[in-house]
Amino acid sequence: MNYEFDFGVVFAQWPLVLEGIVVTLRLAFFSTIFGFLLGTLCAVGRTGGPKWLQIVIGVYVEVIRNTPLIIQAYFIIFGLSSVGVRWPIEVGATFALVVNIGAYTTEIMRAGIESIKRTQIEAAECLGLGRLKIYLSIVVRQAMERVYPALTGQYVLLMLVTSVFSAVGVEELFGIANRIQSETYRNFEVFVLLGIAYLALSMLVRLAFFLLNLALFPRRRRLGTTL
Amino acid sequence: MNSQQALFLLQGLEGTVILSLLTFLFGGVVSFVVALARISPFAGVRIAVATLIYVLQGIPLLVIMGLCYFGPSLLGVQTVSPLFAATLSMTIYSAAFLGDIWRGCLEAVPKQQWEAAETLGLSRWQRMWKVILPQAARMAIPPTVGFMVQIIKNSSIASLVIGYADLSYMAKILNNSTFRPFVFFGAAAALYFIISYPLSAGSRYMERRLNVGNR
Repeated sequence: MNYEFDFGVVFAQWPLVLEGIVVTLRLAFFSTIFGFLLGTLCAVGRTGGPKWLQIVIGVYVEVIRNTPLIIQAYFIIFGLSSVGVRWPIEVGATFALVVNIGAYTTEIMRAGIESIKRTQIEAAECLGLGRLKIYLSIVVRQAMERVYPALTGQYVLLMLVTSVFSAVGVEELFGIANRIQSETYRNFEVFVLLGIAYLALSMLVRLAFFLLNLALFPRRRRLGTTL
Repeated sequence: MNSQQALFLLQGLEGTVILSLLTFLFGGVVSFVVALARISPFAGVRIAVATLIYVLQGIPLLVIMGLCYFGPSLLGVQTVSPLFAATLSMTIYSAAFLGDIWRGCLEAVPKQQWEAAETLGLSRWQRMWKVILPQAARMAIPPTVGFMVQIIKNSSIASLVIGYADLSYMAKILNNSTFRPFVFFGAAAALYFIISYPLSAGSRYMERRLNVGNR
């Protein structure tokens, strides 16, 4: 092997890389929040809504979970622009990600909601809580607490798959790296550093979810168990 | 969509199926080794493999694809075929996840089974092959079939870095020349769905069937 590694030319581009990291995290942040809201609403609808709603949500979940993200991204982003919707590319990408992650969140939250015992709801009704209050503080909260590890794993993967959106021209970390690679011809160095950067980002996301866990579920911290 | 375009899409589907099958084959072998290494009696092996898997699960598949595509040339290999690079990267990526799933199945075999096998005087290999693996394999079937869907879906990005001509690549090409995204991406999505949905549904069905003991 007589290849001389040259990481220097890649490091010289750090301001660009930083911009890419910001875009990646922004995509991940907004799609996590809106995806969680969409998924939770769908999970509630899937478990307690009218029959037709359950079927609609079921079809949505199955279609999304059985087709690749990149096809969904092409379909939504190129599709929208072909009918004249002109969104900034980052908004379109976030929308596609929300549609995607919403389906996965639905399945995870549904499992959590179904694991909540009927007696919990009856007890809440006996205490005179309203329907909304029961759903928010008894069902959804406890369900989220139970499936929190699964949610964390899913949202870390979500951050990683934002890299796919470089294919539709989003200038996130992977897109930026592609640009640097075509300017410097240092393909291998770029990919090694890119791997390290994504690894650091995934640790960061995990840390954020760990801290959020401490803030959201003090009871779990006190008991030291998952109920 | 005319018949020529449909044929073009089906060619892409063939590429997707070939890549998925190869990945499942090689990924399965590597995952098996990974799963065994994760429960190895040697702490060094366990820690090394666990670290490697943690790293692989923390970087996107696209980056692994880049490393597998551009890496071999540093070792003196002149040209890497897209199918080889795609299979290599997908194998590594799948092993990181499937190996973890299978490790879980091995660990889920009750401790008493290990102890009973030991009491009967079975050697380490006999215990593994005759007692633990058959029980673990039973538990592993539903998540493994479910994971095949992940492999099929993940194969769709092999065209981005490596340029492997799979279904999503063909759909993209057709859209680029005709500007009818709903038709071609809709058709591609339908094809993906047709091969993935039976696997997901089968996985769920088997999970219910095999879980009879726990009900």
